[in-house]
Formats: sequence, structure tokens, C-alpha cells
Amino acid sequence: MATGIRDKVAIIGMGCSRFGERWDVGTPELLSEAFEEALADAGIERKQINAAWYGSGMDGINVGNSSIPAAMALRLEGIPVSRVENMCATATEALRGATYAVASGAVDIALAIGAEKLKDTGYGGLPTPFKGTLNDMWMPLGSAPAGFAQLAAGYRAKHGISKDDLKRAIAHVSWKSHQNGTISPKAHLQKAITMEQILNAPMIAEPLGLFDCCGVSDGSAAAIVTTPEIARALGKKDMVTIKALQLATSSGVESGTDSWDGSHVRTTRIAAKKAYEEAGITNPREQLSLMEVHDCFSITELVTMEDLFVSAEGRATHDVMNGFFDREGGGVPCQVDGGLKCFGHPIGASGLRMAYEVYTQLLGRAGKRQLNSPSIGLTHNLGGVPYLGVAAISILGLHS
Amino acid sequence: MSLTRAYGITGFGGYIPRLRMERSAIAAAHKWMAPSLRSAAKGHRAFCNWDEDALTMGVEAARDALHGRPAVDIGKLIFSSTTMPFADMLNASVIAGALELPKSLQALDIGQTQRAGSSALLAALQDGSRPTLVVASDRPRGKPASTQEIGFGAAAAAFTLGSESIVAELLGSASVTDSFVDHFRSSDNKYDYFWEERWIRDEGYLKIVPHAATLALSDAGVDAAAIHHFIMPTPFKGVATALAKKLGLAAGCEADALDEHCGYSGSAHGLLMLAHVLEKARAGELILLIGFGQGCDALVLRVGEAIASFKPARGVSGALADAQPLDSYLRMLANEDGVELEWGMRAEKNTKTALTEQYRSRDQVAAFVAGKCRHCGTIQFPQLAYCVNPACQKIATDFEQVPLRDVPCKVLTYTADWLSYHAAPPLYVGFVQFENGARLLMETVDINTQQLEVGTPLRVVFRIKEIDRSRGYRRYFWKTTPLIA
Repeated sequence: MATGIRDKVAIIGMGCSRFGERWDVGTPELLSEAFEEALADAGIERKQINAAWYGSGMDGINVGNSSIPAAMALRLEGIPVSRVENMCATATEALRGATYAVASGAVDIALAIGAEKLKDTGYGGLPTPFKGTLNDMWMPLGSAPAGFAQLAAGYRAKHGISKDDLKRAIAHVSWKSHQNGTISPKAHLQKAITMEQILNAPMIAEPLGLFDCCGVSDGSAAAIVTTPEIARALGKKDMVTIKALQLATSSGVESGTDSWDGSHVRTTRIAAKKAYEEAGITNPREQLSLMEVHDCFSITELVTMEDLFVSAEGRATHDVMNGFFDREGGGVPCQVDGGLKCFGHPIGASGLRMAYEVYTQLLGRAGKRQLNSPSIGLTHNLGGVPYLGVAAISILGLHS
Repeated sequence: MSLTRAYGITGFGGYIPRLRMERSAIAAAHKWMAPSLRSAAKGHRAFCNWDEDALTMGVEAARDALHGRPAVDIGKLIFSSTTMPFADMLNASVIAGALELPKSLQALDIGQTQRAGSSALLAALQDGSRPTLVVASDRPRGKPASTQEIGFGAAAAAFTLGSESIVAELLGSASVTDSFVDHFRSSDNKYDYFWEERWIRDEGYLKIVPHAATLALSDAGVDAAAIHHFIMPTPFKGVATALAKKLGLAAGCEADALDEHCGYSGSAHGLLMLAHVLEKARAGELILLIGFGQGCDALVLRVGEAIASFKPARGVSGALADAQPLDSYLRMLANEDGVELEWGMRAEKNTKTALTEQYRSRDQVAAFVAGKCRHCGTIQFPQLAYCVNPACQKIATDFEQVPLRDVPCKVLTYTADWLSYHAAPPLYVGFVQFENGARLLMETVDINTQQLEVGTPLRVVFRIKEIDRSRGYRRYFWKTTPLIA
């Protein structure tokens, strides 16, 4: 009978590059930035890594497909390296591979690393992914903002919220993240913006304006994992362990049956329930110290607060406007490092960047951003779109 | 003439694009070099949205004519146009697929002359061997600053032919074939070349048409004065009136030329005017229909008793009224491939069609057919290998086939996407909820000043899904549009 992942795997080192318009580096150098920091943090050498999981969303603008170019870039000689992709949840997928390898007893030390050079597309926003030969015949081509903007229509209709009230609430989401970004040295965007700027920004996909959308940027992040026993043997005393790691995909219920009302992300709720059970969390609103969620778009973050059962049904706008998720709001701080909003969203790296912030906070190393004695944090990473996607949740905590 | 068995038109319909360009905007754009266009600047002309062409218009006209009647008996389809999307690929096969016509269908493409529509109808009426669908559709292209550009329109008309409930029958006909080249367009040219209008009228229309018309009237055994409706499709003003006078037709029998809100729709125009006339025609009335192009077809039709019990879904008059007046001339020019615009890097997308997949999935994609699970009753699109209902998930091999194209539907979610490349931005996309429980993500088109909201009622229309400019292919699918323009 399976017993879950809780406390079976410890993170002994993490790294995160400076995110942004990294014209100065290609993927190999970007990977190296995160890798070097992770190795130094773990206090190990490259040759101690037994297996690696490399996350990359787009073949055309990185080092290419399969694991081989990544093994070349990082000089991982003769060890198993797997390239994984699960759209925007790719980095959490990489963490999952490394974690399960260690938990299974197959390897001692594993690496999870992801990188993306989105600035190499030459334009803003994500490129349109290939949808498959059958979907090409009938599916409309919409951008990522269009996929998520529809949540606004569904959410409004379900909870009877006016267009203006929802627009203000999602604007606060972005405003709050930018405030956090001003003290986040690795973030791409570190300037505060005003509510007026957000509300009056050009429309991208109604009702999402420019500042409701995270930008594209380049970045990489990495994690080195092992068992708590090996971590102790390496001299680690304060330890972050993985309390839960859950994914949920959609089989087509949202997009093909009439049971989904367009107002929330089903897969997040399914993964969250499983993750809380795995981690032993019974009241996330009380028990979580911080959250890093997939704020690709402001509306996503708002809806996610209910999908993670932190806000009650229909109450997310109230919580948002009351500052419950602000860094010093007295509730559960969300996107303390500025989130995707300030880091941008290099697909292969984002889930690991989220874990990096939770890890850094738990170990008391977050400098100006440091929260008061956090003990347990959640990352939420969404691939695809609300109605055709995968939700990936990790819960990290201090090891007791 | 007589046939061994009664045969004639059993139904009719039409389609005109919603988009109507103010002619004054066209004239204003060219004022600096062609100020004389001002005299032709009244009313609006119809033009195709980026995702419309002769085939999409033809399908919509056929749906209007079929109006819920089953298409299973149709044994022949004739599609006529001078602006076929494909020079070598049976255009009629796209219409047949969209309407779920039987695969045992005989199908023809007819074109290459302004009288292709009347020639198609005449040939079908003369054949009489089986139920037939005749579709005429055109989006004639006028060179910018020409009188054609400002005067042309775009439209389609469709007629079902058979032996039951005949609304109009052929009493007589005549044709003349004579190489009078009023204008021409070679196969690889974009625009027409016209000779002088005065010569075309005096030596062409006014000599060739009376000759054929007189023969047709004689063949039908009727007097000119007995004609109730004279249909003379032409881009030239005054020609129909001059001919009516010359032929001794009764005053006031000239059919509405549909110029003010549509414009001359090429080889479809005569049939569009016929569909319009039939909407209000009464049993026993006589129609003289002309098609002019390197000669002339003249058809004499008599309206039958069954006219009182046939109604198209909304008819040419419904299509005329469903209008979106616009004044952005450059938009029309861009749709007509008359100007190259900078669409940005996002427009550089791969639009290749996997023809194998297109063929495999044609039954559900071409005609928009969902599957109904026999175990749980869930109606679903697309049809994959297993039922989508998580409580069922049975294998899909014996799904019942349920067409969605005529099922009432409405907006479940929506957004206006300004980021995606789209030829008529923004892209309106969202979930459409069908009354029978099916739902899928669809594009919504022809939005002008209407506001979409959750619950807005929609109807399904046949449009171009993707144009592959590098390979010269296009694929089709279904989209939605609000009921109100």
C-alpha cells in the first residue's frame, strides 16, 4: 500500500539564475548559473549526482530535444538524464522525477534542473504550441492569455461579481506581486507599478490587460535531492523535505462535458486535495506559511486561492482586496518573491523557481523578503489552460 | 417543352456576408486619383470576412435552402463560381462534406464565365434525372479604384431540384454562344479587364439578350408582356431597364438588382436575384432569367402552387437585413488581398494540414458531427477513442452520430484575444454550450458592436479554419456568430 512521499526526500541544495532578458547567455550558461549555486549550496561535486531530470518546454529555442544536449551542457557523464516536458508544469515534473528516483531507493542523489530562453522567440508572449493533427482541424488558435481570460467570464457569472469589481481585484493581485518584486534581487522586474497603470493598460485578452499578464523571460533553476539520512551524513542540520508532490491532469471533463461551469480550475482542486492529504494538512488557510502559485495571469492567481481551498468559495476577491495574500497582510503571503509576474515565465524553470523561494524562506535566507518563521510552503504550477491542463503541486517544509 | 415526369425547383435560399462596406468610404479612399467614383458611392457593398470564400458562402446558401429538410436523397451537386478557391481539387466536395450529402453523389464544379450560375441551373433543370442541389457563389474581385471594386458584392444562392412540391418549373429556354468578349480574366490573373461600357451595352446586351430571350419565350409559349419578373444580372446600370423596354416587358417587372446593400455578385448574382424574387412570388407568375457571358442563357420559369408552403431559413431578404456597415476601406482591401500589411512575427505560424488526419476525421470535422455514447448518452465533440464522461469512459466505436451545426447554442465563456495573430482581430474564443449537452471551444466571428456575455445565443456557421499561404491550401471548420448582427 503506497504511503506517499512525505519526508522521504530532502532538498540539500538549490540554485536560481537571475531571470530576465538574458541576452548575455545561452541555455548552457543559464543552466550552469543555477547548477553552480545548487552544487555549492548542497556542498557536493558533480560526480556525486547519480541521475538528472531536465525540464524544457520548447525544443526550438533551447538546446534541442531529448536529454543529450542538457547532459552536454552540464557535462553529466554516463548517468541517466531524462528530459521532461509538461507544458508550464515542466519544472515541477523535473522535481518529481528526481524525487521519486531518490524515494524509490534507486539512486542516492538526484538533480532536477530546468531552463528556458523565451526571449529567443523574438516576440512577447508564448509561441502557439502545436495542438496535434486532429485538434488542428477544429480547435481555435488562442493565446495563453485567451485560455485563462475565460476564467473571468465564468467566475463572474457564477459568483455574481461585476466586471469592475473583478478587474480591481485582479489588478490588486498584480500590484501586490510588483510590490514584492522591488526587494527580489533575482527577479526580472523589480519596479513597483500603480493600480492606475494596471487598470488602464492596453488590453491583451479581455479582461486581462498588459499588467495582468506575466512576461516572457529567460531563466533557470535547480534542486539537488537526496534522502534525509544522506543529508544528515553530509552535515545538513536544518533540512527542507518534500511533504507532498501531486499532479492531476484533465481527461476532457471540462472541455467535453457540460459539468464544468468555467469558473475554476478542476485539476488544481484535485491535486490540492491529494497534496494536503499527503502532507497532513487539514486547514491550508491556517497552516500554510506561504504560497508560490502559477500567476501566469492575475485571474489565475485569484481563482487559485479558492482552488487551493485557502479562500472560501466566491470569497477570493474579498481576501485579495483585504490584503490577505499581501506580504505583510497577516494572512498567507502569496508570491513573496514577486511570482511569475516579476520573474517572468521561462517554462522549464518556473516550478523550480517557486520551490527555490519556499526553500529559501524556510531556511531563513530570504533577506529583506524574509517571513517570520515559516514552516511549510506550497508551490502550484499549472500546465496548459484551465480546461485542458495539468496542475502540479508541491508542499515543502522543515524537517522535524 | 415537356418532361416525362414533373421536375423543377423545390427550394431556394441565399447568403450575403454580414460585412458591408460603405461605398462612400471606398470613393473617399480613391478621391485623390479617381474623383468620378463619387457618382457610384451610394449604399453599401457586401464583402467577405477573412474566413469566407465562395465555398463557405455556398454552404450557407445551401443550408438556407435546405432549411432542415434532409439531404439524404440528393443525387447530384452542381457548384458554380468564377472565384473557386481551388483550380484542381473538386470544390463541390467541400460542400458535399459540410452538408453530409450522400457519398454516392455526382458532383460538378462549373465556372469560367459570368453566366456559370444560369448555365448550371439550366443544365440541372434540363437533366431532371434525380434530386439535385445547385449552388452558385462568387466573390468577384475588382481592382482597387475601379468601378468594379465599388460596384461588386459577394453572395451565394442555392436551389434544390426535384419532383415533389415544385415551387418553380422550367417552361422554356434558349441559349446563344458567341465570343463577345465584354471582359476577360486569364486563369492566372487577379483582376478583370473590361472594354468600354457603351459598347458592351449596345453591341452585347442589347443585341444578344433579346435574341436569346425571344427564342426562350417562344420555346415556353408565352408572350413577353406576360412576364412578371425580369431578372437581368449585370454590373452596368440601366441595362436591365433598356432591355425590358426593348423586349416589350410589362412596366415594373424588373427584379431588384440588390445593388444598394449587396452589389453585383458575379456569376451568382442572377441566381441570388431569383432566390430573392421567389420569396415573394405567387403561384402562376412567370419569370424570365438571363445569364450573360460570351453569349446568353435565357430561362422562362413558372412559379408553382407549392411556393406558398416553402420558406428558406431566412432567405436573401434575411441575409440582406443581417448587415454590419463598416467604413474601414483598408480592411476590405486586405480581405481581398489588395494590400500587404505587417501582421508581425506571430503570423509566422505553421499552417500545414496533415491530409491523412483531415481525411480520417472528415466525417466528424467536415459536417461538425458529435458522437452520442450509447451507454451514458453523453454527446461529445471531438469523438476520440473513449467516452469523455468520467463515469463511463466506454470505448467509442458505436457512438451514434449527432450533427451539431443546427443545434441551438450559447456562450459559456468568452474572451477577446488581441495577442494571437488573427486576420480580423481580436480573436473571440470561448466555450460554446449546445442545448443537447455538447460543448467545445470555438471561435466566434462577425462581431462588430455586439457585446458577448455568458449566455449570449449563437448560431453555427461554416468558415475557413486556416489559410496556408505557403502551400496554397485552406481547411474549413465551423464557428459561431451571435444571432444579431
